Amino acid sequence: MSETRPLLESRNLTLRFGGLEALNALSFSVPPGQIAAIIGPNGAGKTSLLNVVSGVYCAGAGDIFFDGVPLNGLKPFQIAALGIHRTYQQIQLFANLTVRENIMVGMHPLTRSGFLLGMLHLPRERREEKRIRDRAEELLDFFELRGKADWPATHIPVAEQRRLEMARALAGDPRLVLLDEPVAGLNIRETEAMGDLVLKVKKTGRTVILVEHNMHLVMGISDRVIVLRHGSKIAEGRPEEIQKDSRVIEAYLGK
Amino acid sequence: MGKKNKTYLLFYALAIGLLPLILTNSYHLMVLNIAALNIIVVIGLTLLLGYAGQISLGHAAFFGLGAYLSAVLTTTYALPLWPTLILAMIITGMIAYVIGIPTLKLEGHYLVMATLGFNVIIYIVMVQLDSVTGGPSGFAGIPRLAVGGWVLDSDRKVYYLLWLVSGGVLLLALNLVHSRAGRAMAALSHNEIAARCSGVDVEAFKIKIFVTSAVLASLAGSLYAHYLTFVSPGSFSIFYSLQVVTMVLIGGMGSLWGAAFGAILLTVLPELLHAVKEYNVLVYGLILMVVLIFFPQGLFPGIAGILSRRKEGSLSVRKQGAP
Repeated sequence: MSETRPLLESRNLTLRFGGLEALNALSFSVPPGQIAAIIGPNGAGKTSLLNVVSGVYCAGAGDIFFDGVPLNGLKPFQIAALGIHRTYQQIQLFANLTVRENIMVGMHPLTRSGFLLGMLHLPRERREEKRIRDRAEELLDFFELRGKADWPATHIPVAEQRRLEMARALAGDPRLVLLDEPVAGLNIRETEAMGDLVLKVKKTGRTVILVEHNMHLVMGISDRVIVLRHGSKIAEGRPEEIQKDSRVIEAYLGK
Repeated sequence: MGKKNKTYLLFYALAIGLLPLILTNSYHLMVLNIAALNIIVVIGLTLLLGYAGQISLGHAAFFGLGAYLSAVLTTTYALPLWPTLILAMIITGMIAYVIGIPTLKLEGHYLVMATLGFNVIIYIVMVQLDSVTGGPSGFAGIPRLAVGGWVLDSDRKVYYLLWLVSGGVLLLALNLVHSRAGRAMAALSHNEIAARCSGVDVEAFKIKIFVTSAVLASLAGSLYAHYLTFVSPGSFSIFYSLQVVTMVLIGGMGSLWGAAFGAILLTVLPELLHAVKEYNVLVYGLILMVVLIFFPQGLFPGIAGILSRRKEGSLSVRKQGAP
C-alpha cells in the first residue's frame, strides 16, 4: 500500500487574505517520485500554495499531509527538517554569503553543531564541517557552479542564481522539492538546461512540485499537471490530457 | 576560519605581546586595558548587530550587571573571584534570555526600546539600592584580579590577562562566524524567510546571539570591576551603551576585526585628543562624522577595500567580466 500513498496530500485547503480567497477548498495529491506541475493564470494561488506547503503562510482551514504527517501549524524550519525544501520566484539568495556558503546553509537541518561547538571548533564540529563541505562540493559539480564557488551569491548571472537556489534546496536532502518558476528570466537554451536538471533531480528519487508559466517546459518534463484558477483546482491529469481540456483552455484564453 | 584570519590573528597577537615592551607609562597601559575590555563587549555587539541585525542600546546594563554582581558577591559575600565571574555571566545570560524572548519575536526596533528601557532600570537600581550597591558614590574595595593566588597588582600584569581574554573571545567569535551557526546567523540577518525555509530556527538563533552578546558584556564587566577595584553607576549609563554601538559602526558592522579595530580606536582616540584640550569633544565628533561620510560601512571594511582594490586593480575588473 505504501507505494500508492501520496507524498503530499491536501484536503479542502483554504487560505484567505482579508476578503480575497487565495486558496479555496483545494484538494490534491502528489505521488512520490513524480514531477507535478502546478499551472494557472496569474493570481490563481500557485505561489500561495507553495507558501502554505513550506510553512510561510498558515492555512485558515483544511489539512495538508506530507507522507502522512500533518503540516498544519508547523513552522518553516520544522517543515524543512521533515524534508521539504524550496526555491523562489523572486530569487532569495543570501547576498552576504558566497555561492558555496549558500549551499552550506541549505544543509542546516541535516547537521547539529551549535554555538558552543562552533566557537570551540572541536573535532566533532570539524568532522561535521567537512561533511558539509564535501556535500557542497558535490552539489557545486551537479549544478555546474564549480567555477563560481567563491563568488558572492548575487554577483553571478540569473541562470546560475536559479541553479544555486536549487543547489541550496537540494543540500538539505529533501524528499520533496518545491520549484517556484525556476526558468523565469532565462533564455531558451538556459530553460532547456534547467529542464534537464529538474529531470536529473527526479532521477535521484526526489519528488518535485513545479510552479511554472513556461508551458513548453511544463508539458515536456511533468508527469502530471494540476491546473488552478481562483484558488481552486479546475483540472488535473497527464500533460497531453491537460492540453486538450476545454476548461483549461477557457481559463487561459477566455471564452 | 580562513588563512587570512589566521595571518591577521598572528600579527594581532604579536602586536599585543610586543606593545608593553615599548610602552613604559602605566597610564598608557591602563587605556589599552580598557580597550581590551571594550573589545569583548563590542565583539558581542557585532555578533548581534552584524549577524542578527538587531540593535541593543542596553549593553551597558549587561556590562554593569557583570561588574556589580562580581563586586557585591566577592566583596560583601566573600565568594571566590573566578567562579563568581562565571556565575555573573550565567545570571546575566538568564536575564537577557527573559528580555529577549518577547522582544526578539517582534518585528522592527522593539529590541532597541526594550534594551534602552532595561538600561535605564538597571542604572536606577544601581543608584537607589544604596545598601547593596553603595548608591551613587559607588562600590569600593573589590578584590584585585588574581590567577591562582598570584595577585595582578600592576597595569602591566593585568594587561596580559585582559588581552589574553579578549584575544580568546575574538578567536571564539571568529570560529563561530565560520561555523554552521555563523552561516545560519549571516543567512537570517540577510533574508529571514529564506533562512527559515532552509531549516534555520530563526527565533532560537536570535535569542542565542542576544544571550551570547549579553554574557560577553557581563564577562567584560566582571573583569572591569576587579581591575579597577571600584565601580560606580556612571560607568554603566546609556552613554556607554551608545559608545559601544559607535565602536561597532566605526569599526565596521559585520566584521569582527572591525569590531576590535573600532574598540581600540575609540578608546585611545579621546586620550590622544587631550592634546587639543578644550576642543577634544569637537574634534572627536568631527572624526566620527568624517569616518561615517567617507566609510559608511566602517573603517575596517573601507580600508581593506581600498587596499585590495589597489593590489588587484585590473585583476578584479577582469574577474567580474569573465563569463
